[in-house]
Amino acid sequence: MTFSEIQSRAQAAAEPFLDSRRPRILVGASTCGKAAGADDLLAALPGHLKEMDLDIEVSQVGCLGLCYAEPLVELRSAEHPPLLFSGVTTESLGGILTAYYRHGGGSALATMGDQPHGDAPPFEQLPMLEGQVRVVSRNFGRIDPENIDHYMARGGYAGLARAVEMDPAEVIDEVRTSGLRGRGGAGFPVATKWNFCCNEEADQKYMICNADEGDPGAFMDRSVLESDPHSTLEGMIVGAYAIGASEGYIYVRAEYPLAITRTERAIEQATAYGLLGDNILGSGFSFHAKIKKGAGAFVCGEETAMLASIEGKRGMPRTRPPFPAQKGLHGKPTNINNVETLANIPVIMAKGGAAFAQNGTEQSRGTKTFALTGKIVRTGLIEVPLGTTLRHIVFDIGGGIPDGKAFKAVQTGGPSGGCIPADLLDLPVDYEHLAEAGAIMGSGGLVAMDEDTCMVDVARYFLEFTQAESCGKCVPCRLGTRQLLQLLNSMARGDSKPGDIDLMLDVAHSVKIASLCGLGQTAPNPVLTTVKYYRDEYESHVNDRRCPAHKCEGLLRYAVDADACTGCTACLRACPAEAVTGEPREVHTIDPKKCIRCDACYQACKFNAITKS
Amino acid sequence: MRRSVTATATHIPELESVLARYSREESQLIPLLQDIQDHVGYISSESMQAAAAHLNIPESSVYGVVTFYSQFYLTRQGRHKVRVCQGTACHVRGAGEIIRAVSARLGIKPGETTKDFEFSVERVACFGSCALAPVMVVNEKVYGNVTPEMAIRILDELT
Repeated sequence: MTFSEIQSRAQAAAEPFLDSRRPRILVGASTCGKAAGADDLLAALPGHLKEMDLDIEVSQVGCLGLCYAEPLVELRSAEHPPLLFSGVTTESLGGILTAYYRHGGGSALATMGDQPHGDAPPFEQLPMLEGQVRVVSRNFGRIDPENIDHYMARGGYAGLARAVEMDPAEVIDEVRTSGLRGRGGAGFPVATKWNFCCNEEADQKYMICNADEGDPGAFMDRSVLESDPHSTLEGMIVGAYAIGASEGYIYVRAEYPLAITRTERAIEQATAYGLLGDNILGSGFSFHAKIKKGAGAFVCGEETAMLASIEGKRGMPRTRPPFPAQKGLHGKPTNINNVETLANIPVIMAKGGAAFAQNGTEQSRGTKTFALTGKIVRTGLIEVPLGTTLRHIVFDIGGGIPDGKAFKAVQTGGPSGGCIPADLLDLPVDYEHLAEAGAIMGSGGLVAMDEDTCMVDVARYFLEFTQAESCGKCVPCRLGTRQLLQLLNSMARGDSKPGDIDLMLDVAHSVKIASLCGLGQTAPNPVLTTVKYYRDEYESHVNDRRCPAHKCEGLLRYAVDADACTGCTACLRACPAEAVTGEPREVHTIDPKKCIRCDACYQACKFNAITKS
Repeated sequence: MRRSVTATATHIPELESVLARYSREESQLIPLLQDIQDHVGYISSESMQAAAAHLNIPESSVYGVVTFYSQFYLTRQGRHKVRVCQGTACHVRGAGEIIRAVSARLGIKPGETTKDFEFSVERVACFGSCALAPVMVVNEKVYGNVTPEMAIRILDELT
């Protein structure tokens, strides 16, 4: 079958789904949606529909990126514009269904149509969508991720069909025109990387997709694989064609079971359609892809460590050269790209590199997805042109800091990144500007922090992570991260010595320049940026034994304000350590020796009678 | 060497059927160990010996891999697996307080199992459900926006 035949068959099959005037219920069911209650809704829906005598199909879709509003349900009918409802619970579901299917209304978050409907604006006009440009996330929430027809009906695999008609060198040129850089963190130009591997002579080459998204605070790659797995798979097949690989692996974190399932489905379907496997689209090019599940080691996100892990060994990085493009998996030329990088490729191949390059800045072309989390009003998965300012992301898209608190910092790039303070909020987010500020783009986690966040604690948190994940192969990283962590721990406990801040900076610089791989080279970034921008907080910890944000447990003491305590016993019942004593209707007390500083009493008290000092 | 494997197979019948599904290439080691753990619950020294013999690699290499990856357990785990996310978003929204509350209630530290094998507690780097932070996963169920109080209530409902 020719590609256009496959395509028209897919279009016909997907038509009933993509036509928003046909009755249908869509439930956002990626991991976040499910955790927020989407599974309960899916279980409850058949009962409701039966009761209302409605014969309507229910479909699962991926993530619309509005995590704060999960679970999201889209209702469609022939009579009314499609409406999107947020925060749906099993209790509210029945009322929402009745309001929409019986009366065409209901308090929806948005309409999926073009025109406002009552108070509901079109989806694209929601404040959270302002300034977003969705390329990687073009299909998120719009298709059933387990259905290849939906993907193809929205233009999927047209890029691959075009690529296999071209010369591999022409494919690489198209990617070069796009200016696409690696989205996994380092930002290396994709065309250059492909070219290295393409130029190697070998009987076997490998194409690997890095889906070992280990940065805490990042879930872009999970969302791509859960919401639109074919997009990454298509990019991977194009890449394999460009470099001349016949085999490949998608290395996925084991913590992402749903992403694994949906990617497996995508591989099966693409193979069944002749888009993957032997003689792809009759071009004579063959490529086979398999999934490798990670086993819980952050360092395996590093290229050479990942190769060792796929070979069945301890995932430890090695020195380069030789680069993976020369000697990679099983000693053969290997190319490794991140999930999001690959998800851009189908668009570049279908619409051309020049069209792609219209978004972004001179050095950083295209768009980037970010996982917007932490102390922020609207958490979610966003996609903006590179060069968008942090202020726009945090305040316009994210809606600012909740509970009237003050913005303090935004952390980018996970454990390899840094904290960017308020006075740099107008910084354009691209590879160069973030590096200048001492942070990195990283894979795309953006964690907002408010005044209650202690920067010493944040640095200590990241060092605890990198110290535990250091593979132990090279000395600077193995010992250096431990020394840094010990210094930070002593600051948080209140027993550090004068001069410890400078000692810490000294160690941090050594680890940065002397470590073998990216893990060690970037591990000091959280320390370096927090000292650079928040040195006064470190000085309070060291000189005054005080944590200004009341966070560091060693410097924290919980007590009961006798004037405010009503003896309601809420704190006593909440305390898991039996540190609170007192009779009902009498003032309670906290035993500092038993107190584990878990904050349960503080959160349980309705009279503001628990004090922290 | 071979004798100890035969002896093992009689101890853990699941092991034999798991091994039979894998070819004898070293690159099969991690998927093989994952499969063993899915069936047996943890990686015992018998399992390591059997895996080494099956792939014809030194037992020390298998031990090296098992101890390198945090997903593998060397000891029997509790009936209920409590995993508290320690991702960045969870951390700034109070994950530390939750792990302290959970540890205090169960009387074990993260990485340990209660004596009656009812509970294991673990800190996990990130579940990627950051928008629901702080997150706690009990067995396979994900709980979002957890407070220390709620965490204890969840545990108490299981006992």
